[in-house]
Amino acid sequence: MSGTYLGMPAFPKAAQDAVRNETLRGNLRHATHTIRDKRAKAVAELADWDRLRTAGKDIKDRTLRHLDRYLLQLEEAVTAAGGTVHWAADAEEANRIVTYLVKAAGGSDSEQREVVKVKSMATQEIGLNVALEAEGIAAYETDLAELIVQLGEDRPSHILVPAIHRNRGEIRDIFEEKMGSWGRPAPAGLTDNPAELAEAARVHLREKFLRAKVGVSGANFMVAETGTLVVVESEGNGRMCLTLPETLISVVGIEKVVPTWQDLEVFLQTLPRSSTAERMNPYTSMWTGTTDGDGPQTFHLVLLDNGRTDTLADEVGRQALRCIRCSACLNVCPVYERAGGHAYGSVYPGPIGAILSPQLRGTGSEVDASLPYASSLCGACYDVCPVAIDIPEVLVHLRERVVEGGEVTRNGERVTIKPAKGHAVERAAMRAARWALDHPGALRAGQRLASRTRRIHPKRLPGPGRAWSDTRTLPEMPAESFRDWWQRTRGGAQ
Amino acid sequence: MRVALFVTCVNDTLYPHTGQAVVRLLERLGVEVGFPQAQSCCGQPQFNTGYRHETEPLVRRFDTAFQEYEYVVTPSGSCAAMVRDNYPRIGARAAAEGRGQALAEAAARSVPKTYELTEFLVDVLGVTDVGAYFPHSVTYHPTCHGLRMLGLRDRPRRLLEQVKGLELRELPGAEECCGFGGTFAVKNPAVSAAMGADKVRDIVGTGAEAVCTVDNSCLMHIGGTLAKLGCTVRPVHIAEILAATEEEPYA
Amino acid sequence: MSSSSGSKSSGSRERVLARVRRALADVPRDERPQDVRVERGYLRVHGDRTTEQTVELLAENLADYRALVHRVDAAGLPRLLKRLLAAHGSQSVLVPPGLPPRWLAAADPALVPDREADTAYELDTVDSVVTGCAVAIAETGTLVLDGGPDQGRRRITLVPDHHICVVRVPDQVVGSVPEALERLDPGRPQTWISGPSATSDIELNRVEGVHGPRMLEVILVDDRAEGQAPSMR
Repeated sequence: MSGTYLGMPAFPKAAQDAVRNETLRGNLRHATHTIRDKRAKAVAELADWDRLRTAGKDIKDRTLRHLDRYLLQLEEAVTAAGGTVHWAADAEEANRIVTYLVKAAGGSDSEQREVVKVKSMATQEIGLNVALEAEGIAAYETDLAELIVQLGEDRPSHILVPAIHRNRGEIRDIFEEKMGSWGRPAPAGLTDNPAELAEAARVHLREKFLRAKVGVSGANFMVAETGTLVVVESEGNGRMCLTLPETLISVVGIEKVVPTWQDLEVFLQTLPRSSTAERMNPYTSMWTGTTDGDGPQTFHLVLLDNGRTDTLADEVGRQALRCIRCSACLNVCPVYERAGGHAYGSVYPGPIGAILSPQLRGTGSEVDASLPYASSLCGACYDVCPVAIDIPEVLVHLRERVVEGGEVTRNGERVTIKPAKGHAVERAAMRAARWALDHPGALRAGQRLASRTRRIHPKRLPGPGRAWSDTRTLPEMPAESFRDWWQRTRGGAQ
Repeated sequence: MRVALFVTCVNDTLYPHTGQAVVRLLERLGVEVGFPQAQSCCGQPQFNTGYRHETEPLVRRFDTAFQEYEYVVTPSGSCAAMVRDNYPRIGARAAAEGRGQALAEAAARSVPKTYELTEFLVDVLGVTDVGAYFPHSVTYHPTCHGLRMLGLRDRPRRLLEQVKGLELRELPGAEECCGFGGTFAVKNPAVSAAMGADKVRDIVGTGAEAVCTVDNSCLMHIGGTLAKLGCTVRPVHIAEILAATEEEPYA
Repeated sequence: MSSSSGSKSSGSRERVLARVRRALADVPRDERPQDVRVERGYLRVHGDRTTEQTVELLAENLADYRALVHRVDAAGLPRLLKRLLAAHGSQSVLVPPGLPPRWLAAADPALVPDREADTAYELDTVDSVVTGCAVAIAETGTLVLDGGPDQGRRRITLVPDHHICVVRVPDQVVGSVPEALERLDPGRPQTWISGPSATSDIELNRVEGVHGPRMLEVILVDDRAEGQAPSMR
């Protein structure tokens, strides 16, 4: 994935800083609770929600188990409809392809070296904007939240609402300070009224849309049988990017394919209700290759692997590829709500990020090795997931990979990885515990020793134990364990 | 009916009163309770931290320890969920790794007979009024594994509603995790503490004298946070409320 | 055909496909996609409604997402369009090539035909656009445009700030998303519209009016009457 986040501290450290930021916690709490309640209402409107969820899971599983076949079918359909399909094994290759295509579209006119972008997780994941900038191509983000992030030289912290960590006052300040240096300045006297802020974005971006020659997008779905791409959005910036430019380049993860046109009937019901809690999002664009006289006359589809096939190779972890990026799991997650999106060190934050990033990128970095532990395993994410990804199951599975190492697929090759650093003491303790717990006699001796010495137990624990006792008192050791009480009162009777 | 108590390692070591309450309650309801000494821990702390292989002997031990019994009752939603949800997974993985079916078979024997206490009372014994007396205001926090993995739904509430003298206070945001999460509490102490503080604020806000759950591990975190913040709300396991009577009141 | 633009990407098609196949080593070789069961037990449509109730639900849901909904019989359509365009203060209105001429026969603004050569800048100077639609979905309050002759190119319903969409009821109205997809041709470019443009990007609260038309008016015209009514021309 992108180098943007390299060198991120492990999750617990980054989360600790976030927890101490009162403004951030207030912003996140307000936003996540707002959407949480709305989503519950939107979902409750459909009596067959559980059945739609099952169907969504089934369709994605069918696709993933036969992904090669569907990708080839998609390629054929897109090509037949006038599009050109490219394949990118990793981020670097995808960036190279897009850069080449943008330059080719601009012809000899170096003034045209700019693109308008509709929000896309895939292009964020590969760090496309940075790559384009290095080649002298300006990439303008046009989604309101992405614009806020781009102008604020910030990082996205949410899949659906990348600027969720910003409140309206902060957004106003960013617009006032930064819009001028990117194009049309913010209107004088801009207030923090959300409608006014939206209007400011409309005016600022209008000139960019109207002159754009190249649009860059992702896609929510690609239909194998027809070659149709689908982009689901709200603001109309997607429609601008998808229909006004002469050239459209869509960078899409290979797992976004669905087999049939009919399959959309499931996801077009579950996605809007899960993400923005709407019956339907304001705009959905669907296009199949190119259409004479309507929209871009040149269409390129870049199919992106970048760790997806490595994820596919893991029979337990594979289910993460069902994800339709709705972000319901983020909105309901108590850990995300406190830690914020940045702590996850990836464009994919929250529960889905905690299982996706360590699979797409591997568990080699400090932050990636810590992500599977960024959860209390409360299971709220699994409950709301519209494609039934058992996130707690995958988290535990990845924890095993972190502490035990073992065989994994990296860049398409089977390799054996070592356990991550920093777990040696824990591993020794777990082995000791296994022995003691498998020898109840030893366990009882330990309990008795602890009970006899309970008067001299410290109120605060030293070393790693402080992580508990700094914010919570320790339970007092009882005078007698249950086991001993039973033995004493019931004798040897079972 | 041959019923065994699976007390759990946390209750055995730290909260023996909860185990004693289960025995008193079940015996009062005419159930003969056994306590096989071979039992130890369900293995959840190991499994959830990534040590699946360290958990395997405990899956076998559970099966052996309780093989004489028709029912295994445990005062922990979390440990019951470990057996019911994760034991089959552990067995299936071992089989997939070419290590035979023994573990999967052990899991298959354990799953159908393992019940969390309130499930056992409501589903097996078919009672909601257990003749309990607890003259205090109580708020109930549904712990995550009981709520989502076991699907306990309103069973604990139905039992609490029948307790004489008990006034049940609604807990806002009840279904939000308290922030314990086993080793999460020490691996991510800042977030865990923040979740705990928010939960405690909601608990204190109800004005209840006691907060009750079906899990002492979560209650240890909630109670520890309450005490650290100087709050007087008392953490009480549901078994101790249900075991209390006018003759033998809660101590 | 697969292109190999950029430098060494020519081998990536085979590389990615080979990785996919290796990753799926656990899938039995003789398994076919249809062997993976898809449980389609969900509803085709939610609830039991009469045709009139379905139209009513469409109107309700459109209004719920801040579209302005009008109902009229076929004979009254030209007068209503004249009135709505005047109320908006429109000086010019974009007209798709196949829009029934009768619809705008009474309208005052200058009629601007949808031409391929027009630039986005030119479209930006037009005040309103009037179109028909392909399908409307009651349960979600959605209008689907598919570039049909009375709808025109996708951009004409995007750049002008005021869109009036005429829906022939009940013929063009379906109950649900599954019913809509059945009627649509995937080969045609589609725009599904549910209310005016909006965003939830500020504190996750919905605010109407960003890049697409900020005003969406929907006219539900009874086409049973239109078929029977004498021509107004």
